Amino acid sequence: MATTSTTSFRSVTLDAPLPLDSGRELAGVQVAYETAGELAADKSNAILIFHALTGDQFVVGQHPVTGKPGWWERMVGPGKPIDTDRYHVICANVIGSCMGSTGPASLGPDGKPYGMEFPVITIRDMVRAQMMLLDALGIETLHAVVGGSMGGMQALSCAANFPGRTGRVLAIATTARHSAQNIAFHEMGRQAIMADPNWRGGDYYDGNSPDKGLAVARMAAHITYLSEQGLTEKFGRQLQDREAKSFGFDADFQVESYLRYQGLSFTDRFDANSYLYITRAMDYFDLAEEAGGLLADAFAGAKDTRFCLVSFDTDWLYTTADMREVVHALNAVAAPVSFVELSAPYGHDSFLLDVPALDQVVTGFIG
Amino acid sequence: MSLRPDLAKIASLVPQGARVLDVGCGDGALMAELQAQKLCDARGMEIDAEEVAKAVARGLSVVQGDANRDLADYPDGAFDVAILSQTLQTAARPDWLLDQLLRVGREAFVSFPNFAYWRMRLSLLANGKMPVTRHLPVSWYETDNIHHLTVADFRDFVDARGVQVKGCWFFAAGREIGGSNANWRAEHAVFRLSR
Repeated sequence: MATTSTTSFRSVTLDAPLPLDSGRELAGVQVAYETAGELAADKSNAILIFHALTGDQFVVGQHPVTGKPGWWERMVGPGKPIDTDRYHVICANVIGSCMGSTGPASLGPDGKPYGMEFPVITIRDMVRAQMMLLDALGIETLHAVVGGSMGGMQALSCAANFPGRTGRVLAIATTARHSAQNIAFHEMGRQAIMADPNWRGGDYYDGNSPDKGLAVARMAAHITYLSEQGLTEKFGRQLQDREAKSFGFDADFQVESYLRYQGLSFTDRFDANSYLYITRAMDYFDLAEEAGGLLADAFAGAKDTRFCLVSFDTDWLYTTADMREVVHALNAVAAPVSFVELSAPYGHDSFLLDVPALDQVVTGFIG
Repeated sequence: MSLRPDLAKIASLVPQGARVLDVGCGDGALMAELQAQKLCDARGMEIDAEEVAKAVARGLSVVQGDANRDLADYPDGAFDVAILSQTLQTAARPDWLLDQLLRVGREAFVSFPNFAYWRMRLSLLANGKMPVTRHLPVSWYETDNIHHLTVADFRDFVDARGVQVKGCWFFAAGREIGGSNANWRAEHAVFRLSR
């Protein structure tokens, strides 16, 4: 991981140790974050955006590591559905990640990278760290929290665990509980990383990183973010830069070439150990379990919070049925909830892509 | 904003500040009116994603769902008032739907088109074909209305189920009419019901 050491990120160091669900605590936690739009004098216009598994705090503007535009430029900015002319948008890198917040690549108390000494974290731990960031920034209540995928899990967790801190919760393409299938895909990715000889028990920061394993993990996960229809429309069985099959194991098909590129480019910006820790946090996520078994109990304190939940008809990772369980639980506590299943061809990734109906819903809900 | 006459009537009758569930709320026109004029806590259910998106875009709390199934998700007595406008005749099980309305709401408003309206009768008598009119503009094979009913049918239906009629109102040609011979004269009816 040359990336994090050469780039400096805007961050705060939490002044108290971060208590973790595992029972451990983490001292000297750094939380890297970015903002867009002015904070109002009464601090009433802040919106916290939670990023997804491999996302980061660079929602808008050029990414300092990849040089690419922010990951949600189409949703956030002046005059966009989340309008930075009106709202102060904050996005923090989750703990466990590798864009400036404390994670397995950070130096531990012994002056060496944590590696697998880093404690296993949960979605609630990530949210807790971000609430402590808000404390440090002097922001008590948010206009809204917003997130897609793992960001949506954080949004739901925030509503359940810190209900007084936000007036609105917008959770897109997400779930209140990781399913067996979700866990299975993540485990495949983790095993690919751990099978890479460069992984060396997670203690690889002084040498070559397990890029091959991480690339395979990313390739497998990437398939789950797309729909069959989307893959067929984009690639079909088309061949990559050749007239005929090679009768070998080169990337004959465009879809193979695409996945290889996705896997490889991912290793330039992401730490393999971070991938292990964050996928673990997602697998552990079960809001109902946290509340003693009943999802409605998780939201007992959130009955005055306005919720908007959005699923996509082609998303087979976090389905409409998953979202309906959340709707059901929110109805049980009489929380004001909106829910819509939007039609989009792109599968789980639809929340990041061009879906005009989503813009309309977000604009109306954020207000 | 001008509401359809049956919706305007319901809006005028819903108590101030009531918790309301509008089943089949469309783009939320009635909900918006109830929030603005009656300070109601209004929630909606709508099956069509585009209509839900419109309602959410105007700041309303609307859940995309199928009343034939998803009404069961709401707790008993969650609402003061449950509204079902122009939807009963499209329900797979109107009897189940009425039970659900009066389970989640302490009272219910139900509006429906009256198939015994005299123009319908005349059209059926004269042509021998399922009537296609201004208010029921779709042919029999493509209409959503799978359970056509009349005012007299509805009265029998609620009587048989021990449901109390607290009031009823009738409409023809876009305005309210009196209740006499309603089964002949009314194009639409609004009933206020409770257990």
